Amino acid sequence: MSLGVFRLHDGIRSMNFWRTLACVVLLLAVSLSLAANWLAPAGYAKQYRDATDAAPSRQHWLGTDEIGRDRFARVLYGTRISLLLAPAAALLSTLMAALVGGLAGYLGGAWARAAMAVTDLCLSLPWLFLLITVRAVLPLNVTPLVSVLVTFLMLGLLGWTSAARVLCSTAGSLRDSDFVRQARASGIRSARLFWIHVLPNLKPVLYAQFWISIPAFILSEANLGILGLGVAEPMPSWGSLLKELEGLVSVGEEPWKFVPLVLLVVVVTSFQLVLSRQDEAAA
Amino acid sequence: MALTCRKAFLFAVVLSTASLAIFSGSALAQGELRFCLRSEPKTFDPLKVEDDASGAIRYLTGGVLVRMNRQTQALEPELAKSWTVSKDGRQITFILRGGVSFSDDTPFSAEDVAYTVQQLMDPALHSPTGDAFRSGPGNVETKIISPTQISITFPAPVAGVDRQFDQVAILSAHSPKKEMAVLGPFMVADYKPGATVQLKRNPNYWKTDAQGRKLPYLDSIRLDIQPNHDVEMLRFKRSEIDLINSLDSDYFEKLEATSPQLVHDAGPSLDTEQMWFNEVAKSPLPGYKKTWFRSASFRRAISQAINRDDLARVVYRGHAQAAVGPVSPANKFWFNASLKPEAYSPDAALKALQNDGFRLENGALKDKDGNPVVFSIITNSGNKSRERMVTMIQEDLQKIGIQVNVVTLDFPSLIERMTQTFDYEAILLGLTNVGLDPSEQMNVWLSSSENHQWNPSEKSPETAWEAEIDRLMRAQASTADAKKRKESFDRVQEIAVEQAPFIYLVNRNALSAVAASVQGASPVILVPQTYWNIERLSVK
Repeated sequence: MSLGVFRLHDGIRSMNFWRTLACVVLLLAVSLSLAANWLAPAGYAKQYRDATDAAPSRQHWLGTDEIGRDRFARVLYGTRISLLLAPAAALLSTLMAALVGGLAGYLGGAWARAAMAVTDLCLSLPWLFLLITVRAVLPLNVTPLVSVLVTFLMLGLLGWTSAARVLCSTAGSLRDSDFVRQARASGIRSARLFWIHVLPNLKPVLYAQFWISIPAFILSEANLGILGLGVAEPMPSWGSLLKELEGLVSVGEEPWKFVPLVLLVVVVTSFQLVLSRQDEAAA
Repeated sequence: MALTCRKAFLFAVVLSTASLAIFSGSALAQGELRFCLRSEPKTFDPLKVEDDASGAIRYLTGGVLVRMNRQTQALEPELAKSWTVSKDGRQITFILRGGVSFSDDTPFSAEDVAYTVQQLMDPALHSPTGDAFRSGPGNVETKIISPTQISITFPAPVAGVDRQFDQVAILSAHSPKKEMAVLGPFMVADYKPGATVQLKRNPNYWKTDAQGRKLPYLDSIRLDIQPNHDVEMLRFKRSEIDLINSLDSDYFEKLEATSPQLVHDAGPSLDTEQMWFNEVAKSPLPGYKKTWFRSASFRRAISQAINRDDLARVVYRGHAQAAVGPVSPANKFWFNASLKPEAYSPDAALKALQNDGFRLENGALKDKDGNPVVFSIITNSGNKSRERMVTMIQEDLQKIGIQVNVVTLDFPSLIERMTQTFDYEAILLGLTNVGLDPSEQMNVWLSSSENHQWNPSEKSPETAWEAEIDRLMRAQASTADAKKRKESFDRVQEIAVEQAPFIYLVNRNALSAVAASVQGASPVILVPQTYWNIERLSVK
């Protein structure tokens, strides 16, 4: 018995270590990206045309890209953009999912059926064509900053449907649960019941949807480039940096090109570790 | 002892039979060649070919009257032993080779040539190959003089008419197999849509080599349909395919580092990479931008501010050359050698712009009305070389205070803006030139043409220099005198450089890769680069 308690304490201590490490990693990533102006050897657009596709060196810590831009500088600035905007888009889509799916599931009946019909319709729409239409109505002459804002805004506005279905189902099961019935029988008003009893129980699902959306949006942003909707040159983002990995033939010979991918995995994992701590605290 | 003698006798019989087989005109069948088509072939009908994949199959299976030698650029007899073109350029007479049969044993004669020409010129067929022969209103007449002689008369002179027949694969007038009965070295044996096209040697192919051996040497060709260049490269490295045409410069570099004997740089190709501004009067652009884009001095200044040598060196890893004008130096006869590439000079560009009323304020260029000089350049997404070029141009123009916004679009959207809505400011694209003759560029240079990209389908020439180009292009197309044609087209090239409707950037080199197992390959700049001499290739 005492041995079991001891092991449990060990496990908790180990988890705390990883969570602390995750916090440090996130803090470091945010700090480095914010300090890009001072840390980077040059601007993200500066082209060293006599040192293209260079290997890491003292001058270029992560080498240069195909047209001679310092990869370290681009990773720093790209992290700033992706770390700020992908979570913002994920937050927007999760809130929309909570609003549509959570409320519909909680209200049930015709509300739920109507909301899910709208969600199914949105899921079945050929978004590619819609995005092409959006590109057609957007002016061509937008600055890279506007382009990146529009891209992530669209991802946020379009990415809520799958999460809404999950939330609707979860909220539906909560509505019929014993503690909600009891609360309702005690005379608690619907709005208060939703806010105090249902929403906290939806939190784990909401968090999960939020974290799942971040890497998905980062990769979607890279793919939207084919429609002219991604982050425009010369501005970097994790998505555009990941495009370098398309040349499968060369990647094994140039491992430093994996840095943006490693960074993406580390940051998303760190977010999830921090989240699980918050879940436990909430529980 | 008797047994030994019998064995020796049998061995001698076998040896002599094999020798006879080799030295008395039978085929020296040698292996299967494998390479990739980058798209699905749209047709096996040689007269309907308009895509590269169908063009490759036409080249491998089609028998033609004359063939341009891709190495020497000279015209050589094939199914026609000889030919004569009338002085006015309206009539061509062919003397045909006798004793030739299609792959299904149907005999070949002048009747087949007449049938092919009638099909080719049938307006209902909409043959892209036939377009090159449509020199004027009226019908094309064919006259069969004998089974091995035929004359073809066009309603108006067709410039370089004999060279145009390089693209015309002869069909059988009588074969029940229609276009699948062929006169070329190979014939289609199997087609699995989305996967492979299998070709096998045509047993009736008429050609032999210097030793009298029947051609082609190869037994078969397997064409894998593979649009992804990365996968194509991986398969080449794994020895799953034997050839790559139009190799990307990145892959060329990497392959050269490990296996330099497998890659070939044949020098500048006929292809050009160019950008142009929207000069369409009815485009939805603001008036001041139309004024910039329609000004030759503005266009020339932009041209001067672009560092072409850097584009060739950085984007194409040195496997390209700064472009001069509409014709690549690789086109030996038609290139105007007096022209030189635009020298890179941001200072001269800025000075020229200032002479036109532009001024530099806090690092930003403004026109005389105070409008900042900002424009977008569109290119097709997924083309890494073009995306890099636009980004480099963006930095080059930044040096003279011009802000360029880079836009990558999917190809259909780009084409819609370019040809339908005219809602764009500048476009960067490439032009693939298959033929050498200037007549093949008529659809670009005539102001009335839909492919006159900077200002398509003009009812009448909107500028004096466009009227002059129209006149010169028609003049070169209406005479068979090569010297006069060259003079006219030289002047067209000069005007194109002076007025810069297209800002020519680079001529890409013709890069290719050939596996060590392939014998007889000698890659050239002209399509189909690595297998232009397909009948003489073999695989170890």
